[in-house]
Amino acid sequence: MTADPPHLYPASELHAPFAPGEPFELDRERCRKLLDVALRHGGEAADVYAEFALGASMVLEEGIIRTASRGVSLGVGVRVRRGDAAGYAYSEDLSWDALVRAAETAAQIAEGGASPPVDVNERTLPQRYVVETPSILVHGLTKREFLLDADKAARAADSRVTRVEASLNESYREILIATSDGHFVRDRQPMMRFGVRAIVEANGKRQAGSSGGGGRVGLEYFTQPGHSPEEHAREAVRLAVAMLDAREAPAGEMDVVLAPGDSGILLHEAVGHGLEADFNRKGVSNYSGRVGKPVASTLCTVVDTPDIANSRGAINVDDEGNEPRASTLIENGILRGYLHDTLSAKHFGIAPTGNGRRESFRCVPMPRMTNTLLLAGPHDPEEIVRSVTRGVFARRFGGGQVDIASGDFVFSISEAYLIEDGKITAPLKDVNLIGNGPEALGKVTMLGNDMAISDGIWTCGKDGQSVPVGVGCPTIKISGMTVGGTEIAAR
Amino acid sequence: MTTGLTNELLSLAEDVLGRLTRGGATEAKVVARAGRDLSVRVRMGAVELVEEAGTRSLSVRAAKGKRVATASTSDVTPTGIARAVRDALELCDLSQEDPFAGLPDPSMLAKEQPDLHLFDPACGEVRGAEAVQRAKRAEQAARDFDARITNSEGANFGRTAGAFALATSGGFRGGYAGSYASLTVQPVAADADGKNRTSYYWTARRFLSKLESEENVGREAARRTLALLGARKVATGSAPVVFDPDMARSLLGTFAGCIVGDAIYRRGSYLLDRVGSDVASPLVSIVDDPLIDAGPGSRPFDGDGLASRRNSVVERGVLKTYLLDTYSARKLGLESTGSAAGMTGTGAGTSNFVLQPGAQTPEEIIRSTKRGLFVTHMMGFGFNAVTGDFSRGASGFWIENGELAYPVSEITISLNFDQLLKRIDAVGNDLDMKSSVAAPTLRVSEMTIAGN
Repeated sequence: MTADPPHLYPASELHAPFAPGEPFELDRERCRKLLDVALRHGGEAADVYAEFALGASMVLEEGIIRTASRGVSLGVGVRVRRGDAAGYAYSEDLSWDALVRAAETAAQIAEGGASPPVDVNERTLPQRYVVETPSILVHGLTKREFLLDADKAARAADSRVTRVEASLNESYREILIATSDGHFVRDRQPMMRFGVRAIVEANGKRQAGSSGGGGRVGLEYFTQPGHSPEEHAREAVRLAVAMLDAREAPAGEMDVVLAPGDSGILLHEAVGHGLEADFNRKGVSNYSGRVGKPVASTLCTVVDTPDIANSRGAINVDDEGNEPRASTLIENGILRGYLHDTLSAKHFGIAPTGNGRRESFRCVPMPRMTNTLLLAGPHDPEEIVRSVTRGVFARRFGGGQVDIASGDFVFSISEAYLIEDGKITAPLKDVNLIGNGPEALGKVTMLGNDMAISDGIWTCGKDGQSVPVGVGCPTIKISGMTVGGTEIAAR
Repeated sequence: MTTGLTNELLSLAEDVLGRLTRGGATEAKVVARAGRDLSVRVRMGAVELVEEAGTRSLSVRAAKGKRVATASTSDVTPTGIARAVRDALELCDLSQEDPFAGLPDPSMLAKEQPDLHLFDPACGEVRGAEAVQRAKRAEQAARDFDARITNSEGANFGRTAGAFALATSGGFRGGYAGSYASLTVQPVAADADGKNRTSYYWTARRFLSKLESEENVGREAARRTLALLGARKVATGSAPVVFDPDMARSLLGTFAGCIVGDAIYRRGSYLLDRVGSDVASPLVSIVDDPLIDAGPGSRPFDGDGLASRRNSVVERGVLKTYLLDTYSARKLGLESTGSAAGMTGTGAGTSNFVLQPGAQTPEEIIRSTKRGLFVTHMMGFGFNAVTGDFSRGASGFWIENGELAYPVSEITISLNFDQLLKRIDAVGNDLDMKSSVAAPTLRVSEMTIAGN
């Protein structure tokens, strides 16, 4: 690392064109006017969402910074609601006429006379991702060293490394939300992610391994234990080498032990999506109508919380202007509630939980997760592994998916080992696990005391919209889950 | 909006190209896009969402010698454009010399730009009210089909119409307009065991008049949903697996990711060094053809400005070529196949990537399967492109004596992808060109099924 102070771009680079004093300033008065236009045809509620998102990325391949990129995404969306229906229009042109046209277009969802005028008031937000210097303001010459360091470390880690790729992706998003409920809020959301991928080759076999992390953090991320470019590089190589001699994974139902941290994807798929209230408003989720009923073993308490400082899933305000708060979804196995946006909260007659999120100004908000966690249990993680005669130990995951209607979910494991007679043994090829939400959680028979939040780069997709999320959990034992390998055991 | 908009975008692209070269770029490439989108969702007979927007974007690629950078923006005001130009020029100094970077040789640029009938004016003219009516009719057809359809995830109608222009400092100028419309219905039925079951059916075309009727789409979606009632697991074992066209399409998309030049030079594909060898059963032929009239993935030229050409990728099981853009071709010491994907980054992609239909009807394929699995849905991302290991969640039907005996769910299917393609022993005649990656019904002679 260099000792020179980083060269910084001026903070004015981050100013949104709709920020105070900028050419397309959207102040309270202008937002109020847009909301009045939006409600001209009798809509019940309206919101204005302005977004200025800066992105930057750098890619290293074969020892060189191959390309650097920047991007700007700017626009304003106007939504008008009437009952469960919404009209939505957005404009990338921030001229006043274009914004009024967008508001008029969205207003068409309603049919009737104008609603009474509204007023909006600014409120202060919690500060869950204070970053001293947004990384996007630091000159690339400083940042590219992280990629070059990772490349060197990966190549030095093992002679079987044949390729290294590394990337740094940053974004800085300013949003402004004004609603006919009176909200007027601004938030600035930094995000950074770093990743290394290594390919190793030996004896005619080839395998890839990746490691990465990040969050709503600045470059100080790299100084934290386990987060340096070198450590990510060595982890990517370790994983690729470990899986080089992986054997065929078993097929069929068996005990599964999930390592702490990344395994939180289980909660995200098996529980989280099914509890997003839009599905329950429509009655199409397998969790619909089950509040107050058991949906998991009594060991399980699942929460969704935006309040983990600098985490990928942290938000100070949701994308509808509501205050996000921690929700207990499952308490000792009993279903306690859903994740709401404004629309579903109104439908259920409760206060919004602040989970209305959207990918960008091009999208309408939906109930989404933030950081979804399974809280710690009473067991020693080693004792959990010892308790399994034959099963699978899963440490790293590629991704997952759920069928909301039936509750069936899958997640793919990229680092797994066989457990034989209480010991972790041979590495296994990539394999999928499949289960059904409440059934799988009902089979959680042991839960570790080693709760960990994943440093992984999780992005949740729903209806074509991607949002950053976080997951976390302790060591989990599921007594009986279908492992989708190729090796059929003798029966 | 066709020629007018295309020309407008071309002059914008040319203008920006000039700024980049004047600013010090030794090579530059500019892509400008614009379009109008409408999408509506109807649920249980009521409108849920009407979404409408006009979009514009600009992407630039600049090089100073062999140092390359890109920038993009949705802000096409003079300030926004100036920022993108400044960013690209400045970032070139951050990149390092890439000996393989650079525009294609001018002699290779497309000389002609055929009219492939990619734009339907009627598509762009569908208004909100009409879109809502179409979606309502389709959903109603599903709900009227059978009393067991008790709920709905809704029906979506969407259309997009827009244009695209590409200008490079190598002298290429090209542009075209395109449109696409789609209709999807997703009904829900409740099972006796309390599980909800849902399936869907969809139609999509560049030309509005070529869409399947709303009634067809709704009824087929209902039929597919009802068929899932009573689904159960099956015992772990191995058996033939039949993939319906949507699932076969998904397999083909997985294969596409393994034969594009980027995956090859990155050594990230199990198909490295395999051109000229068997990669699939002799029943399998795959063509990437950007010149299909009105095809969903058709384009008159590729993202590097090279002439579009038909590439025979797999012929009777033998891999004939990778799909390459200028950059990946140089990295591999090969010629571009005219497969550059549209944007300013490098990368090859598919156009209309089609597994050629066979002679058997899907009914014949199922009838000739004594016992096996018919897959109509897959879940998850269980594929390692480097090793070819494939394992995904699945649901569909159990086949007993050539008949669909009962629905199955919550199982996985797995087999190394190399083996999977080689074990294809039946190819259907039911190809539907509603999407740019398209395949008919396929059968794999044996896969592992994990269940109880």
